[in-house]
Amino acid sequence: MRDVHVDQITKAVSEMCQSAGVTLSDDMLEALQKAHREEESPLGRHALEILLENAEMATGSALPYCQDCGFSVVFAKLGQDCHVIGGSLTEAINEGIRQGYGEGLLRASILKSPIDRENTGDNTPAVIHYEVVPGDRLELAITLKGGGSENMSRQAMLKPADGVEGVKRFVVDTVANAGPNACPPLVPGIGLGGTFDKSTYLAKKAIMRPIGQFNSDPQIAELEKEMLVLCNETGVGPQGLGGTVTCLWTPIEVYPCHVTALPVAVNIQCHANRRREVTL
Amino acid sequence: MSSQEHAKRIQVPFESEETIRNLRAGDALLLNGTLYTARDAAHKRILEAADRGEDLPIPIERQVIYYVGPTPPRDGEAIGSAGPTTAYRMDPYTPPLIEMGLGGAIGKGYREAKVKEAMKGHPFVYMAAIGGAGALLGKRIKEAQVLAYEDLGTEAIRRLVVEDFPVIVINDTEGTDFYEVAQAPWRKAGDKA
Ligand code: SF4
Repeated sequence: MRDVHVDQITKAVSEMCQSAGVTLSDDMLEALQKAHREEESPLGRHALEILLENAEMATGSALPYCQDCGFSVVFAKLGQDCHVIGGSLTEAINEGIRQGYGEGLLRASILKSPIDRENTGDNTPAVIHYEVVPGDRLELAITLKGGGSENMSRQAMLKPADGVEGVKRFVVDTVANAGPNACPPLVPGIGLGGTFDKSTYLAKKAIMRPIGQFNSDPQIAELEKEMLVLCNETGVGPQGLGGTVTCLWTPIEVYPCHVTALPVAVNIQCHANRRREVTL
Repeated sequence: MSSQEHAKRIQVPFESEETIRNLRAGDALLLNGTLYTARDAAHKRILEAADRGEDLPIPIERQVIYYVGPTPPRDGEAIGSAGPTTAYRMDPYTPPLIEMGLGGAIGKGYREAKVKEAMKGHPFVYMAAIGGAGALLGKRIKEAQVLAYEDLGTEAIRRLVVEDFPVIVINDTEGTDFYEVAQAPWRKAGDKA
């Protein structure tokens, strides 16, 4: 058994929020630079130049990269031999968000209720996905998930007869429909299989994967490559201003599914792809 | 459009109806002057006030509304990050404001047909700022002052003074939609734009 104190957790979450809110991760920045080199449309390239300039200004002046500092979504992998001491793990994560958004001057965007719509004022609570895994460590991964792109996400319970072609059509159509509303270039996370809820979880999990890291299953990795080409044929382009780079990356996560079902979910991630992770 | 080197400097509020009618989908503009911020919640309240015949918190005629919810400013700065929010959420509220004489709005993303329809009768342009470029756009805002609905926090109505604030005209008074025009040559597959 290894002990992890809640204060360590709160501190780590607060630091991740503040750093993710301002500075893109290296893989994301490289993906935008690559997009800028490869984009064929002059207007699309210009939009990417502005995004790269924005990334530099944000880091240079410690300003949030985007004003929508998102919903804080946390993936917590708790080793079964790791013992959280000093309080509640969930409360420790939320306290980290409260402190991180406050100190980092990040925008609070979370409402107490979807009906009354009153702001909680500190961006809590987070959406937390727990997983218990072997080992004695606590791994925390966080994304500050923007609302504009989240709103363009979709799920479908396709018929098995729709097959892989049906999946491709659904993903491409979701990306095209998202267009400039979701701030492209995009990273559509794709969840395939499982149940209704599992597919959307997989889609969110997919956007947490570093850009450039293909699925370990070669068949799925091939599908990821093909999906990227198809999504970029929509012509939406950076910011919806037309071009060859609509998506930077199309990660897919899969899970076994029921004999009657072909669930597919697309969680749209915008260029403000703000992720951090830490192991305690 | 082209890059911002070819951008036209335009005063806001717009000087005349003529100025608005002369803007074309695809024009890159650098806006200078005053903008007012409002998102869904503030739009709803403005229209409710108008329905009750009350004084409105902001002038409407030839003015430009910026759909933005900024981050808090650092000490000594006017505003934090301040990029556009998705415009379709304001679609239900936009036609009545166009009829009241609103000159333009800045957001990102597609507008509904009924907004484009309303634009035919009254001079109004919909412009996009680069979505997600919050730090860069915040720096073009020189003054910010909360005018109304302070309880809405980030969604309160603010008066902004902007310098060379970069936007692209998306929907012009002739009915052209620049997203459609700009994407069409690059579309090899996919269904709709
Ligand atoms: S969709 Fe993403 S980049 Fe665009 S405003 Fe929202 S968080 Fe920012």
